[in-house]
Amino acid sequence: MAEVPIPAGPGGPPAVRLVDASVRQGGRGVWSHVDLVVEPGTFIAVLGPNGSGKSTLVKAILGVVPLSGGRIEVFGRPPGAVGRDIGYLPQRRSFESGLRVRGVDIVRMGADGDRWGLPLPWGPGRRARDARVEEVIELVGATAYASRPIGEMSGGEQQRLLIAQSLIQRPRLLLLDEPLDSLDLPNQAAVASLIAEISRAAGITVLIVAHDVNPIASAIDGVVYVARGRAVSGTPDEVVTSETLSALYGTPIEVLTTNDGRRVVVGQPDAASHHAGPHDHGHDLDHDHGHDLDLLDHLDHLDHHDHHDHHDHDHDHGHDHDHDHDLDHGQHP
Amino acid sequence: MTFRPVLALAGPALNPVVDLRRMLALHFMVNAFRAGTIVAVLAGTVGWFMVLRRQSFAGHTLAVVSFPGAAAAIWLGVSATAGYFAGSIVAALVIALVPRPASGGARSQESAVIGTVQAFALACGALFVSLYGGFLDSITGLLFGSFLGVSDVQVVTLAAAAAVVLAVVAVLGRPLLFATVDEQVAAARGVPVRALSVAFLVLLGCTAAEVSQITGALLVFALLVMPAAAAQQVTARPLVGLALAVGFGVAVAWVSLAVAFYSPWPVGFWVSTFGFALYVGAAGGRVVVARRRRWLRRDGRAALTTGRGAAVAPGAVGA
Repeated sequence: MAEVPIPAGPGGPPAVRLVDASVRQGGRGVWSHVDLVVEPGTFIAVLGPNGSGKSTLVKAILGVVPLSGGRIEVFGRPPGAVGRDIGYLPQRRSFESGLRVRGVDIVRMGADGDRWGLPLPWGPGRRARDARVEEVIELVGATAYASRPIGEMSGGEQQRLLIAQSLIQRPRLLLLDEPLDSLDLPNQAAVASLIAEISRAAGITVLIVAHDVNPIASAIDGVVYVARGRAVSGTPDEVVTSETLSALYGTPIEVLTTNDGRRVVVGQPDAASHHAGPHDHGHDLDHDHGHDLDLLDHLDHLDHHDHHDHHDHDHDHGHDHDHDHDLDHGQHP
Repeated sequence: MTFRPVLALAGPALNPVVDLRRMLALHFMVNAFRAGTIVAVLAGTVGWFMVLRRQSFAGHTLAVVSFPGAAAAIWLGVSATAGYFAGSIVAALVIALVPRPASGGARSQESAVIGTVQAFALACGALFVSLYGGFLDSITGLLFGSFLGVSDVQVVTLAAAAAVVLAVVAVLGRPLLFATVDEQVAAARGVPVRALSVAFLVLLGCTAAEVSQITGALLVFALLVMPAAAAQQVTARPLVGLALAVGFGVAVAWVSLAVAFYSPWPVGFWVSTFGFALYVGAAGGRVVVARRRRWLRRDGRAALTTGRGAAVAPGAVGA
C-alpha cells in the first residue's frame, strides 16, 4: 500500500499512478484500495500468487478492464488514452502450430495492424516502417527465423518476436504479462536480460508480471506484490521480506536468502485457511479460499521448484482447488 | 445438378482456341464463366480470412442455411436470391450473438451452437420444400448447384453483392487480420475485436449465400475453403496468400466449367474434385519443402558456430 519509494526518474508525471484503485469482476473484488506510483524509466516486477489479479492490474493500466473505484493515470492521462505509448505482451500467448503467418508479419502488425484500409505497397512511410520492423527484430536477435511461420517456432522464438512487436511503436511503457512463462530456464534468463537491456537503453518503463522473481532479480528497481485483494509495493528488499509478506497474507511467511542472493519464500500452510471449502466466496477479497493453499505452495515455488515437487502434488490432490486461473505448477522445470 | 445430356454438341477438339470459342458462343456458358469468376474471387478472399480464423465450420453452416432461405423464398414466391442472402445473414447474426469469451473453451461452445443452428436450418429447408410441394427438381439445384442456368440479372446481382463485400473487406482487412492472429494485443491497441468478429460473420454469410447460388449449398466449400486452404499451405505471406487463394479459386472455376462442358458429369463434382486435388497437391508439396528445408537448416547449423539467435541461418529464406 505504501507508495514506491524509488528514486525519481527524469521528472514529469509518473509512468503509472494508481490512487485508491479497485477492480471488481463477476461481482467479486479482485483487489481494492491499491495505491501505486511507478516512476518513468524504472523496471518493476509484479509478483503474487495465481489468481491474485496481476494480469488484471496490467489490463487496468491498459484501460481494457474498468475500475470500480479510484483512478489510474498513465503518464498523467487516463488509461486507454495512451494507445501507442504502451507496448503490451499478454499472458501465455502461444500460436497454434498450424498458423501460417510469418513472424515478421506478427511484428509488423504491431506497427500498423490497427489501421483501416488496404496497406498499399507504395503507401507513405512504408519504407520507414519496414526498416523499423527489421530493426526491432534484430534487436531481439530474431533475424534468423523471423520469416518462418510463427506457429512453427519454439516458445522462446515466439516470445522474442512478440517482444519485438511490443517494442515497434517505441512505447514509453512496456506491460509484460508473464513473458518468461513457458520458457525453459536458459531462455528465461536470456529473455529477461534482453528485456532489461532494451528498456534500460531506451529509457522505457517496464512492468513485468512474473512468477518467479529470481530470473529478473538483478534488473528490477521495485516490486509490486499482489495478494489477497491488496497490493504492496517497494524495493525488493522492502517487500520480499518475512514481515511484509506475512502482513499481506495474514499468515506467517518466511523469506530466506540463499548464499548467492536468491530469495526463497516459504509459507506454512495454516490450518485456519482449510476450514472453509474451496467454493466459499463469502470473503470479498480472498475470493477463493482454495487459493490459500495455492499461494502458499506457489510461494514455495518462487524458488524451490525442484525441491518441492512432492509437496505441490500433495496439495493438488489433497484439496480440490477451484482453478479458474492458470495453475501450472506442472510446467515448472 | 439434374441429369443432362452433354452440353457440347461435339466432343472437345483438343484445340484450346476452338474449344473456348465453341463454349463462349453459348450465352449461358458466358454467364457461367462470369458468375464463376465473381464467386471465385469473392470466395477466395473471404475464405482466406475464414481459414485463418478457423471458422470453416461457421462458413459451412452459413452456406447450408442458405438452402432453407432459398427454399422458403421459393415457397413464398419471392426471389431465391433474396432467400439465399436472408438465410445466411440471419444465421450469421445468430452465430455472432453467441458470447465468445477469451478462453479456449469458447470455441467448442461456438461449434455446438453452430451445429445446432445448422441442423435446425436443414430441417426447416426440408419443411419448406415439402410445403411448396412438387419442386423436387430444383432441390438438387439448391443443394448441388446450377452453374448453367445463370441469368443476366443474376450475374449483375452477384457482381454488385461481391463488390460491396470486397470493398468492406478492403477496409476492415488489416485490423481483421490483427484481431484474428493476435486478439488481445489488437484489443489493447483499440481494435474493436468483437465488432469485427460480428462484421466478419456477416461478410461470410453474404459470401456463402453468393457462392451457394452457383455451387449449391453443400458444395460451397469447394470454392470457399479449398483454394484458401491450399494457398495457406503454399505461403505464409498474407498478401501473397490472398492473391493465391483468389487465383486458385478462379482457376478451379474455369477449368471445372470447361471440363463440365464436355463431360456428362455435373459442374459441382468437377469444382470439388479440382479444388481437392489442388489442396492435396499444396499440402503434399509443403511437406516435401519443409522436410528439405529442415535438412538444409540442420546442415547450416552444423556449419556455423552460432551464438544465440544472432546468426543468419540459411533457414531464413522466405517461407
